[in-house]
Amino acid sequence: MPIRTEPVTINIGPQHPSTHGVLRLRVTFDGEVIVDVEPIFGYLHRGSEKLAEERNYVQVLTLTDRLDYVASMTNNQAYCLAVEKLMGVEVPERAQYLRVMTAELQRMASHLVAAGFLLQDLGALATPLMYCFRFREKILDLFEMLCGARITVSYMRPGGVFADAPEDFWPALDRLMGEAPELLGELEQLLMENEIVLVRTKNVGVLPLDMAIAYSISGPVLRASGLPWDWRKADPYDVYDRMQFDIPIGDRGDNYDRFRVRIEEVKQSMRIVSQCVEQMPPGPIRTKLPLVLRPPAGAEAYGRVEAPKGELGFYMVSDGSIAPYRCKIRSPSLINLTVLKELLVGWKLADMIVTLGSIDINMGEVDR
Amino acid sequence: MTRAFQGEELARFIQRRFPDAELEWNGDSLWIEPQRVREVARFLKEEPQLVFNFLNAVSAVDYIEYFEVLYHLTSFEHNHSAVVKTRVYGRDNPSVPSVVEVWPGADFQEREVWDLMGVAFEGHPNLKRIMLWEGFPGHPLRRDFEDVIEY
Repeated sequence: MPIRTEPVTINIGPQHPSTHGVLRLRVTFDGEVIVDVEPIFGYLHRGSEKLAEERNYVQVLTLTDRLDYVASMTNNQAYCLAVEKLMGVEVPERAQYLRVMTAELQRMASHLVAAGFLLQDLGALATPLMYCFRFREKILDLFEMLCGARITVSYMRPGGVFADAPEDFWPALDRLMGEAPELLGELEQLLMENEIVLVRTKNVGVLPLDMAIAYSISGPVLRASGLPWDWRKADPYDVYDRMQFDIPIGDRGDNYDRFRVRIEEVKQSMRIVSQCVEQMPPGPIRTKLPLVLRPPAGAEAYGRVEAPKGELGFYMVSDGSIAPYRCKIRSPSLINLTVLKELLVGWKLADMIVTLGSIDINMGEVDR
Repeated sequence: MTRAFQGEELARFIQRRFPDAELEWNGDSLWIEPQRVREVARFLKEEPQLVFNFLNAVSAVDYIEYFEVLYHLTSFEHNHSAVVKTRVYGRDNPSVPSVVEVWPGADFQEREVWDLMGVAFEGHPNLKRIMLWEGFPGHPLRRDFEDVIEY
């Protein structure tokens, strides 16, 4: 006689250590198999969009640091691009190079965190994560030299960047770029061919390409499903059109591909950083703008970048005053989660944590 | 470079398919009537010369006399983009047809617009608050929202 089972609903989070922050998943299980998933958000909702309406354009920048707090540089960049579009401001060449360089360093840091936490979710407790953090720490040290902050950098400004790199920054960057291949190689060697990683991630959480596009998925998750779509190439901003780099893609769209695409992207980012260093022109780092910006009334702009997690966009509307009339944030983490249910139904509890890790979300950005 | 469609250009495509549609354009924006949102969305996605298969974002802006709901669209096939807007009048029960059927990626975004701006989406499979809790008074991104919580 078959054993009858009854579905059980379990709340995972909002404090489960593997949920990458304060996300709650209401999961219905049949035995160990997932039959329904409902993500519940809002535990980190600070109302950034509303707060932005009460601050001037430069002050809003500090709010963007706190969206995806492991990739503040790209948040700054997306916001600055939107404001510059709103005002019709040109950015000096050196500032554009500095932006691209820091954004790529930030991408490396963010992808390392993603890879480290994915391995943590797989049960490789602490050690691989610390390998990733060791590398990331060196990048954060560079940010500290640039602007005095490590996480909430506020390095970029509408019209350029906050400060030029100090003299001792360049040798420090050279040192990091010298040892980076080794640091990454170590990680790759240890993990990319690790039996347990392969078994747990290959063919798990497969996301077909047509589903990924329909669900508005962007970033490495989309590329892992096989579409070489990267806003840095498709619609280049700053000086990305002068950079030589490849777009790594996956072929199946499973957890392994998402993991691998990120590791490959770190290598491409290293290429871009060295090209920036080679081509770095002298000159001013910031366009002269008034202290308090007043874009023309009725102007609106959508500025976007390829953030480490996907397409990060700012839709800004101005009414001619010193504060944005509306500042909408298109957050890749939230939108990438739309497909979570499709990915998880039919898989087991242990796969759920890995799949969630492979999407790489950041709750600061999901809830805003 | 992603080519941004001009409103007028896109309007010609829509007029060919929906001759009685009331359209308005300005620069790269195109306004359509709210009740047509879903059919126009499906047309934009399926028309072979447009193929707007990727919905970047659903946004809403409160202009006091009306709400504007915007759809930023991209075609991966042709690498072009467009902005389609619609105006919804009335502050009590503003509502737009949902486009979740056309682009499932609109799911959480429409819930967010409903939660924070208070524009409902007819035909959304699960329209409830997403960031705030059920029972929260009002929709905080509206311009006339006043904080009601006592600290």
